[in-house]
Amino acid sequence: MNLSEETINKIDEVIPRYPEKRSAALMVIHLVQEELGAVNLEACEWIADKLELQPINIRELITFYPMLRETAWGETHIRVCRTLPCALRGSYSTCKKFEKKLGVSEGHVTEDGKYSIEFMECLADCGEGPVVMVGEQTFENIQEKEADAMADLILSDKLENSKKFVSYEKAVDSVLPNKS
Amino acid sequence: MISKKIPKERRIILKNADDPSYSNKISCYLKRGGYKTLKKSLKKKPEQIGEEVLKSGVRGRGGAGFPTGMKWKFLDRKSGKPIYLVCNADESEPGTFKDRQIIHKDPHQLIEGMMISAFAIQAKQAFIYIRAEFFEGAKILERAIQEAKDRGFCGDNILGSEYSCDLVVHRGAGAYICGEETGLIESLEGKRPNPRIKPPYFPAVLGLYQCPTIVNNVETLCNVIHIMDMGGEKFSQIGKPNNTGTRIWCVSGQVKNPGYFEFECGALTMGEMIYDVCGGLLPGRTLQAVIPGGSSAKVLRADERFKGTLKDGSEFDWGIEDIPLDFDGPMSAGTMSGSGGIVVMDNTVDMVEAMANINAFYAHESCGQCTPCREGSLWMKKITTRMCSGDAREEDADLLLSVANQIEGRTICAFGEAAAWPTQSFVKKFRKDFLKKAKTQKRKKNSFQLI
Ligand SMILES: Cc1cc2nc3c(=O)[nH]c(=O)nc-3n(C[C@H](O)[C@H](O)[C@H](O)COP(=O)(O)O)c2cc1C
Ligand code: SF4
Ligand code: FES
Repeated sequence: MNLSEETINKIDEVIPRYPEKRSAALMVIHLVQEELGAVNLEACEWIADKLELQPINIRELITFYPMLRETAWGETHIRVCRTLPCALRGSYSTCKKFEKKLGVSEGHVTEDGKYSIEFMECLADCGEGPVVMVGEQTFENIQEKEADAMADLILSDKLENSKKFVSYEKAVDSVLPNKS
Repeated sequence: MISKKIPKERRIILKNADDPSYSNKISCYLKRGGYKTLKKSLKKKPEQIGEEVLKSGVRGRGGAGFPTGMKWKFLDRKSGKPIYLVCNADESEPGTFKDRQIIHKDPHQLIEGMMISAFAIQAKQAFIYIRAEFFEGAKILERAIQEAKDRGFCGDNILGSEYSCDLVVHRGAGAYICGEETGLIESLEGKRPNPRIKPPYFPAVLGLYQCPTIVNNVETLCNVIHIMDMGGEKFSQIGKPNNTGTRIWCVSGQVKNPGYFEFECGALTMGEMIYDVCGGLLPGRTLQAVIPGGSSAKVLRADERFKGTLKDGSEFDWGIEDIPLDFDGPMSAGTMSGSGGIVVMDNTVDMVEAMANINAFYAHESCGQCTPCREGSLWMKKITTRMCSGDAREEDADLLLSVANQIEGRTICAFGEAAAWPTQSFVKKFRKDFLKKAKTQKRKKNSFQLI
């Protein structure tokens, strides 16, 4: 297992927060997955060992929870909300647009491992649908037209500095520096 | 229905959240009087806080609307086992996006509410179970907890009271069933989130690690500060009897200005919410249906009449616009206010596709423990998806009803009902649409694809 010292330190810090080691499972899996992109059998064994469990106790979590992965998503992972409130505002077209522009269908990763798309269930931002997440950032009101522009920015690696698309997270955090 | 006066929001929980001069740092919260109520509450006896919460009449904001004071009373204090407090921040009921605002914009309000509640129930440790899609939300909470710890509002010997309680952020991993409180507890124990059967596994008696545990929603726990700040009696005068305090309603779907709005319970009707607060429907559209309390709630048809007798003995005869927005109003109309997620559908919506969309959600999210739920939710999805793929049959409506009826009441957790109620109500109220589908096999004109 090739985990960075930083990740291992974080893991060692998280485990004692809980009265029972097993409770830390999801948090440890998240940390491992953040670094490796996925949790394969070897990683399951390593985590199980760390938490004094059997590998199956970790594997049964990986295979149950939608956000835990046995194989990695692309470098840029796009989540489009599929559920009714977003669908009522056009999220099926949004997803199709991303599929077409990035050349990959939902649930899959491009061959070069760069992009992947996932059609997800409700992301809890339904008032501003269609909701799209790019990595850890949430973008609101992304209809087909916006998806088209957004895909271009993703393909040219310019989404991060875009003024047109500001994520919910950035909008919340942008209050921080000057006003406290 | 256009009334002249636009109902005014009363923001108690969201008082600070959207103020441009407010941030989620502790300095802002302190400037606005934050953590004063915690200080005050720590000087009281824990039972006194419980009494105030009971007096306030506050009901849970997570979905079931159970009185919070009563829930706390059920706590098994005799066992001598440690007590745990868990905040349900899983926010996964489709149509709901209120807890997100509190977590991201005013995290200290949640922390203060939790520390008062933890002291009240004498919790040994407290957890916030947050859905994993809130990546930034979890970081904001962790930072806020550290800020609070540094100032002695949480952790060891809180404000010199000799009461200690650690607060831990725990991330889920994308499963809706982790919102169900016993599934949440299993998940927090590091297992698959298979809900437990009640009885005997009522969390207040046999919860986390088989110890007495209180699970409350984010908004519920925030309310505890305001109850302690103004006193239970005064809080109980906000809203209506049995429907006290404010509620954050989330409106999504096809209205001009969707969003989240905090009103006193019962301060406005569904009609005022849709037409006055949210600016009405899109140009040229008419109202077809509303789901009033997250996608698990039974759907309401725009031209239905709701008749009956209210708890106070008075008769009512409502159209959809007349339904009061509180706990009891939607209940009287045969549905529920659930999580407060109002989903509006106009006349362009193909109701069979909408049904298929909802069915796909529940089929995806069933934990799989109970055969009726696991198989039934999948069959309902298969049938409605087939109906929308040019292969609808006349007998499908009855088939769907029969499947839904065989789920309801036969499962370990309330997910079974959450999956069955939409189907039962859609098929009963929009039967014509289901029959028409078998004739035309086409999606309604100008309607968005929903499956
Ligand atoms: C299938 C299902 C999903 C649920 N999802 C949530 C949720 O996401 N958030 C929440 O607060 N409560 C949810 N609940 C309700 C919880 O089980 C529980 O009643 C609630 O957290 C209690 O808090 P309250 O009394 O403060 O409302 C869900 C219930 C069911 C049956
Ligand atoms: S009702 Fe459904 S979600 Fe609930 S325990 Fe049974 S299978 Fe799982
Ligand atoms: S339905 Fe898309 S965020 Fe809720």
